[in-house]
Amino acid sequence: MMKTENLIDLLAAGGEPEPGVARRAALWPLLAGILVSGAILLATLGPRTDLPQAGLLPSFWIKLAFCLALAGAGWRAVKRLATPGASVSSLPWLVGGSIFLLWLLAGVALLQADPAARTQLFLGSTWRYCPTLITLMSLPAFGAALHLMRGLAPTRLRLAGAAAGLAAGAMAASVYCLHCPEASLVFVGCWYLLGMVIPAGIGALIGPKVLAW
Amino acid sequence: MQRIQQENPLQAKELRLHSLFVRGLEGDNAAYRSFLQDSAGHLRAFLRRRLQRWPDAVEDLVQESLLAIHNQRHTYDPAAPLTSWMHAIARYKLIDWMRRHGRNGALDMTLDDAGELIADNDAEDGAATAGRDLAVLLATLPDKQRQAIVATRLDGLSVREAAALLHLSEADIKVSVHRGLKTLAMKMRD
Repeated sequence: MMKTENLIDLLAAGGEPEPGVARRAALWPLLAGILVSGAILLATLGPRTDLPQAGLLPSFWIKLAFCLALAGAGWRAVKRLATPGASVSSLPWLVGGSIFLLWLLAGVALLQADPAARTQLFLGSTWRYCPTLITLMSLPAFGAALHLMRGLAPTRLRLAGAAAGLAAGAMAASVYCLHCPEASLVFVGCWYLLGMVIPAGIGALIGPKVLAW
Repeated sequence: MQRIQQENPLQAKELRLHSLFVRGLEGDNAAYRSFLQDSAGHLRAFLRRRLQRWPDAVEDLVQESLLAIHNQRHTYDPAAPLTSWMHAIARYKLIDWMRRHGRNGALDMTLDDAGELIADNDAEDGAATAGRDLAVLLATLPDKQRQAIVATRLDGLSVREAAALLHLSEADIKVSVHRGLKTLAMKMRD
């Protein structure tokens, strides 16, 4: 039989945290993961050839801003969901708000477009592999995010796993913008988002297994 | 305003635990022991209310929660309420236990924190025992982790003395104790 008092004896001698145990979540392993997969992407498939011209279009920057906003919201979610008792009430607004704004712009673009051109806005020319590439690119950062959370204390494991996937997926999508030739926000609101939802879904599935402590 | 806060028992408990815990994190072992003892009583009340159908499991979970609080203490942000952090950990350990034992229902997770103190007075029970055996659990740890824990935590040696005894570096001892307590937490879940 184990007395609680004995356990306290075991713990009481060492309240001081061990040196080298990170108190805060550090962003750089995720960034390193993204940079590695981004470098592989750019080395193999290359950046879009018209990158300087694309940089003049608002759609390029809206696309990038959308991905970065979700990456920021995802990172915030990773930190909050890895800290017991931390408030998460802002997270649905940040994630939902970013998606809502983009869908609003995409809806306007659809309405203004010639009906015959709408399918093209939706599918572009790369819809077949865009979500897959974003998912693949997210994997190193996804692993880094899960590893980071294992060193902290997530208490809602499905949500925590989903947050790790979303953060990694959105960071990967931000880098993917450099390669992707699509200019349509309708395309972004569908296939980019899918590329982030896939890792988030995987995270929700495996969260309870890999994040339990 | 300050006077009203002092009179609120939840606020007073928060302030007391917070002060002990922060001092413990800074290396004050006596304060840390008081924190653990007070926390044990607090967690016992918290868990007892939620485990009315399985009173035998309460002490197991008090111990799991205490060890989790210790192992995860680096995740506490001193600017945030300490009791919310502790409750989130205890609630997590409770749900984890429920899932592992295939039990659900009967959990009233809607009780808010303000209701916790009512049962707190009868929660001081230092000799309370759990079904598991510390010696048996310790015996399952890898040698290095077990020896480091036994030397520094049960035999009362300093880290330096333990390092000399076990022919390891002081850093090695600290890491082994840290890893050993993490392993112990995983063993408690088996």
